[in-house]
Amino acid sequence: MIDLPIALHIPDGFLSGGVALACGLLAVVAVAYGLRVANVELDEARVPLLGVLAAFIFAAQMLNFPIAGGTSGHFLGATLAAVLLGPWLACLVMAVVIAVQAFAFADGGISALGANVLNMGVLGALLAGLAVGAAMKVVPHRRGAFLAVVGVVSWLAVMTGAAATSLELALSDTIPLATSLPPMLGVHALIGIGEAVITAAAVSAVLVSRPDLVALAPEELKRPPAAPAARPVGGEALT
Amino acid sequence: MRKIPTGAFVALALALAVGLATAVSPFASSSPDGLETVAGDKRFLDEGKLAGVQKDSPIPDYAFPGIENERVATGAAGFVGTLAVFAIGFGLAWVLRRRDPAPGGGGAAAA
Repeated sequence: MIDLPIALHIPDGFLSGGVALACGLLAVVAVAYGLRVANVELDEARVPLLGVLAAFIFAAQMLNFPIAGGTSGHFLGATLAAVLLGPWLACLVMAVVIAVQAFAFADGGISALGANVLNMGVLGALLAGLAVGAAMKVVPHRRGAFLAVVGVVSWLAVMTGAAATSLELALSDTIPLATSLPPMLGVHALIGIGEAVITAAAVSAVLVSRPDLVALAPEELKRPPAAPAARPVGGEALT
Repeated sequence: MRKIPTGAFVALALALAVGLATAVSPFASSSPDGLETVAGDKRFLDEGKLAGVQKDSPIPDYAFPGIENERVATGAAGFVGTLAVFAIGFGLAWVLRRRDPAPGGGGAAAA
């Protein structure tokens, strides 16, 4: 058997043509919408940010960390991208990373490219966009609370991607859902902890250095703390 | 709030990414990852295959070709790959960026 670099990426041969095509279409729609959003939202100042975020995610995806039972996992980055750039631009970033991995590094299949972009990029990015926004409506707009939300959501994003992968494998008649889902979720529950730690640390570093670049942060966290004395915002000023 | 300029922020973040990919990735775990482990345990790993175009991929399996030392080959792949992804991401974003009317430049006023 050839030595196949899988690295959480689905290689060709795991998915049926129909499933690969359906995933590809969904990924294309999300990325195309991301292209539209870029035309409206991506100001010149954030052009290098998109590039460096893609580079960081690519680099971090190379760093497999050991988890239980002789298995490893690596950072995915969809939540980080969504928190910094918003969910639709995050779809673009993840598509760039995953396409380069497939074409230049033979990591992840070509017919499975859409599925990989969907599982590791689009689903996590859109989930993060929805879930972080929803959570910040109920938790205090403080740094610690925001980072905790980001961590939990990034864990959920990894689990969502793992579940989607299992579902795609089942629909492809590669392996029944009941067989693959428990071990996939089990392994990715641990990988997700790494994802949560790295995502929260990275967002924290950006909040310290350039809070204005954290797209999904509540407005209070994007402004200097010593701004015009504590002005109650919404219903939500006191501890 | 801008505590550090965008250029410095990007340079720092890129240096961190390139450093991780070059110097740390050679020492990353080489155990099979999540999906690979499940595929191996559940006996469908062998169904995976490389697509035709991937047989000619420039840096297969994150090992820079022509370098015998595995760690050096991985580090070189990480270095080149990270800069390439930065360039592609930057280039794509530059092409797609929002075009604000040039300040004072063209005569056409923004509607």
